[in-house]
Amino acid sequence: MNRHDVIVIGAGHNGLTTAAFLAKAGLKVLVLERNPWIGGAAVSRELHPGWLYSNCSYVCSLLRPEIYRGLDLARHGLQVAPYGGGLTFTRDGNFIGGYADKDVRRREYARHNERDADAYLRYSRDTMRQTRFIRSLLLRTPPDPTSLRWRDLRELAHIAREFARLGETTMGDTIRFYSMSIADYLNEYFESDLIKAHHAGSGIIGTALGVHSPGTAYVLLHHYMGDVDGQIGSWGFARGGMGAVSNAIAGALRGAGGQIRVDAPVARIIVRGGETKGVVLHNGDEIYADTVISSLDPKRTFLKLFDAGDLDADVVRKAREFRIRGSSGKLNIALDGLPSFPALGHGNPLIAGDMHFLDTLERFERAYDDWKAGTWSKDPYLDLLIPSLTDPTMAPPGKHFMSVFVQYVPREVEGRDWTDADRAAFRETVFDQIARYSPDFRSLVLHAEVRTPQELENEVGLTEGNIFQGELTFDQLFFNRPFPGYAQYRGPVRGMYMCGSATHPGGGVMAAPGANAAREILRDLRRPSTVPEGWSDD
Amino acid sequence: MTEGADRIVIVGGGHNGLVCAAYLARAGRKVLVLEAADQVGGAAVTREFAPGFRVSSVAHLLHALDPRIERELRLAQHGLAYARRELLTVALGESAPLVLDGANVLAGDVSSADRAGLVDYVRRQRRFAALLAKQHGFGAGFSVLRLFGRSAKNRNTESPLPWLARFALDVRLLGRADMRELLRVGTMNLYDLLEDRFDSAQLKGALALDGVLGARLGPRSGQTFFTSLQRAGARGLPRGGMGAVTGALAVAARAAGAEIRVASPVASFMLDGERVTGVVLQSGEQIAAATVVSNVDPQTTFLGLLGARHLDAEFARRVAHIRSTGCAAKLHLALSGPPDFRGVPAELLGERLVIAPDLGYIEAAFNPAKYREYSSQPVLEITVPSMHDPGLAPPGQHVLSAIVQYAPRDLAVGWAAGRAPFLEATLGVLARHAPALRSQIVAAELLTPLDIENDYRIHGGHWHHGELALDQYMMLRPVPGAAYYRAPVPGLYLCGAGSHPGGGVIGAAGRNAARVVLARSRA
Repeated sequence: MNRHDVIVIGAGHNGLTTAAFLAKAGLKVLVLERNPWIGGAAVSRELHPGWLYSNCSYVCSLLRPEIYRGLDLARHGLQVAPYGGGLTFTRDGNFIGGYADKDVRRREYARHNERDADAYLRYSRDTMRQTRFIRSLLLRTPPDPTSLRWRDLRELAHIAREFARLGETTMGDTIRFYSMSIADYLNEYFESDLIKAHHAGSGIIGTALGVHSPGTAYVLLHHYMGDVDGQIGSWGFARGGMGAVSNAIAGALRGAGGQIRVDAPVARIIVRGGETKGVVLHNGDEIYADTVISSLDPKRTFLKLFDAGDLDADVVRKAREFRIRGSSGKLNIALDGLPSFPALGHGNPLIAGDMHFLDTLERFERAYDDWKAGTWSKDPYLDLLIPSLTDPTMAPPGKHFMSVFVQYVPREVEGRDWTDADRAAFRETVFDQIARYSPDFRSLVLHAEVRTPQELENEVGLTEGNIFQGELTFDQLFFNRPFPGYAQYRGPVRGMYMCGSATHPGGGVMAAPGANAAREILRDLRRPSTVPEGWSDD
Repeated sequence: MTEGADRIVIVGGGHNGLVCAAYLARAGRKVLVLEAADQVGGAAVTREFAPGFRVSSVAHLLHALDPRIERELRLAQHGLAYARRELLTVALGESAPLVLDGANVLAGDVSSADRAGLVDYVRRQRRFAALLAKQHGFGAGFSVLRLFGRSAKNRNTESPLPWLARFALDVRLLGRADMRELLRVGTMNLYDLLEDRFDSAQLKGALALDGVLGARLGPRSGQTFFTSLQRAGARGLPRGGMGAVTGALAVAARAAGAEIRVASPVASFMLDGERVTGVVLQSGEQIAAATVVSNVDPQTTFLGLLGARHLDAEFARRVAHIRSTGCAAKLHLALSGPPDFRGVPAELLGERLVIAPDLGYIEAAFNPAKYREYSSQPVLEITVPSMHDPGLAPPGQHVLSAIVQYAPRDLAVGWAAGRAPFLEATLGVLARHAPALRSQIVAAELLTPLDIENDYRIHGGHWHHGELALDQYMMLRPVPGAAYYRAPVPGLYLCGAGSHPGGGVIGAAGRNAARVVLARSRA
């Protein structure tokens, strides 16, 4: 029988989340996935025998605890293990460590700059204020500021009240924070270029902006607003890789009676009389449902899955203008053993965290200039992790899995597609940087998967290979995400919805867009909500 | 009554200081303006830079002078006249120049889609600029505050909410479509916006220039659409150069009874306990005052003239972090004859000529500024004011005035070493469009931001006394705690471009400051 209540296009973590909440509400839900596997960019794959790669997203923190509890993900096998440590190496053989313990961190910062050690307290206090403010908005539907409907006015009033509660100084700081660059933000606190560089990466990961671009301070929040075990801002590994997140949500979905079909690429959304009626698969099968939800980005959804004639020209233009830039790549590496980092000495626990190699803001900005010129950064920003130190299931005993996130990597190299020679040269660029700090690294490499934005686009279906499904700049955030007038998860055609990271609150494996979309859909279908309301921490 | 007990001293005779002086004097206050230079005007002056050649020294076009000021202070009667009310824009390029009259393309190879797009773009831009201009008076917010008497009770912890609420109401009144558009593009960068809208590289370059002139931003930097709104108005040329504006303001101030002393640089403020009670000149002379209003940039005012030790540490830190590194240099050329720009007919020579051929060119010019280097291929905004105003140069000869970017104040090699090669690079770009220009040069003067800092006493050499960006705008300008023209120190007020709504010879900061001073001293 080819009739369902709801069809969700795409089995990424947000599509699965929407589907699971709708299934819990008693709807007959079908998720269609074009790949033979589920998970979208939250996936674990064995691409080298014995190794499990989290080959796209690789760490976990943003997944909302309300959703974790609401879908009972622990029962469906999800375990998140926090990790500590992390450091930035300097070119002269030193490093700065990111210790979790406040006093140890203070001493470590003081080793580089006494005043910055004090400034760090101010920095983390101020950043935490911003974090708390934004966290309160994550699981809420953005109001339409142009609307006079009661719900929108009430929501605007709520935000205005929350904003006013910040106090007069913090209000000003909040407006500034949303409009300044990460470099300016850090300059307000720190003197040491190394300490600034140590914090700057979080402002540019996944975005096509440099550390000096206004708007990057906000991106920082996308790396602070998560938590692991109630510890705000800390990060962890999903046991078994990021695929475990998707699998657990899929478990919840199936447990509630939902279905997932893989190898089922959708060709078109059927619209009749201004209402969605279902989808057509690539093989010609038609599947019917009055509610069709796309977890794809708006360019794919509106420019590929719809007949242009079914849409308002304005929506098509907005989808075309939606900014989604590929700016990052990834190397997934199987290692024969643990590489040594002489600067750290043997057995230093910092190695369990994120390792970085850019020690000045200038190196960050020059990396961005390379991207603007249409090539990958010749001295890139790496976010390097060895997850197998924390989660031994990722590699055989004694062996290791290394995940290397690379910024900046363009979707096209000087205007053309990536070639194998480009990929090899790109890999060497990254290997060279790592090998400068780890002389035995190269000799330990057994296999390396090179992922450019092109692979991310072709495999996962993220347009241009943008990891957030669209740039995280204010013109595409909150009531502007994905476009003004369509920020409440409802599409331009009756019965059609959006639930991907291109909707509020955006990318990262947060599942909040999926949950928010489910709440709005259930409201339209006049069903009781299964989605956790509000915000349950602090 | 001790001497000076009712006197208001205004430190700095720039346009905002003079506006403030004129309004205070008209209200019957005893006003003394102290100007460090030999003439008033600050960065809006006409100066002889070579024998017989006079030029508008820093600011060279009049964009946005608040019409209320022009009317209320009767500047026309006091000598302000225009050589041209509105200039066209002529974008120079490799091919024929593009001539723009606001929303209309008068000449150039531009598709009809682009022409239609430009009409729409400029319509919105002007609408949004008008919305910002409405905030220049910070009117309702201010009145509401007074209504609740908060400002009198608690001087530096005013809530920005009334101001924001008023702003939000104005935004709401734009109507749904334009409101949505403003909320979307308000923080956007021009690169993406213009790429979406237009095909013509030349047109995109010319439009993008307005977003980056005077700012340490490239077209790809966020908020450049917002900065472009500051320059969306008509561009006029006052007869006799920008000095004519400040000259008329000085006449207006004097006519109202204000006293103006030039060549009187202030060294510091006098304090009695926490209260500012006057100023000490560099000559050692002390001048007592009931109120001191500083037209000087906030960093010099607070950290130099006042001293950080009289300030809350947090406030002083915020002041120190105001982004005020100038990036724009000024080039003045005395020419033996009219310049000959390729493809530009003689009748267009007096218009605003811009060299910003495409977005990539501007961004490439900006890149070095991030590393404290100057552009080897700078962007320029050029005027030849003597075309309209022959009095500026000897008969038959001409002056060329150009803003040249990017030239960071904090040049890594220092401006002593950087000046000559940067001048050469600039002349090189000019010569590409006007091959005979070099042979016409009688005298050349390059004002780097460092020169502007030293000669015009503006910290960082930034003509807005601090970047005009969203994080330094409205109640955040210059810093929270001093945004309502009042310093967190009794007796001290601010009236310069460092305060809302910023520089660009608007004069609104001076007018607002006068209103605040008057309201405060009535209370």
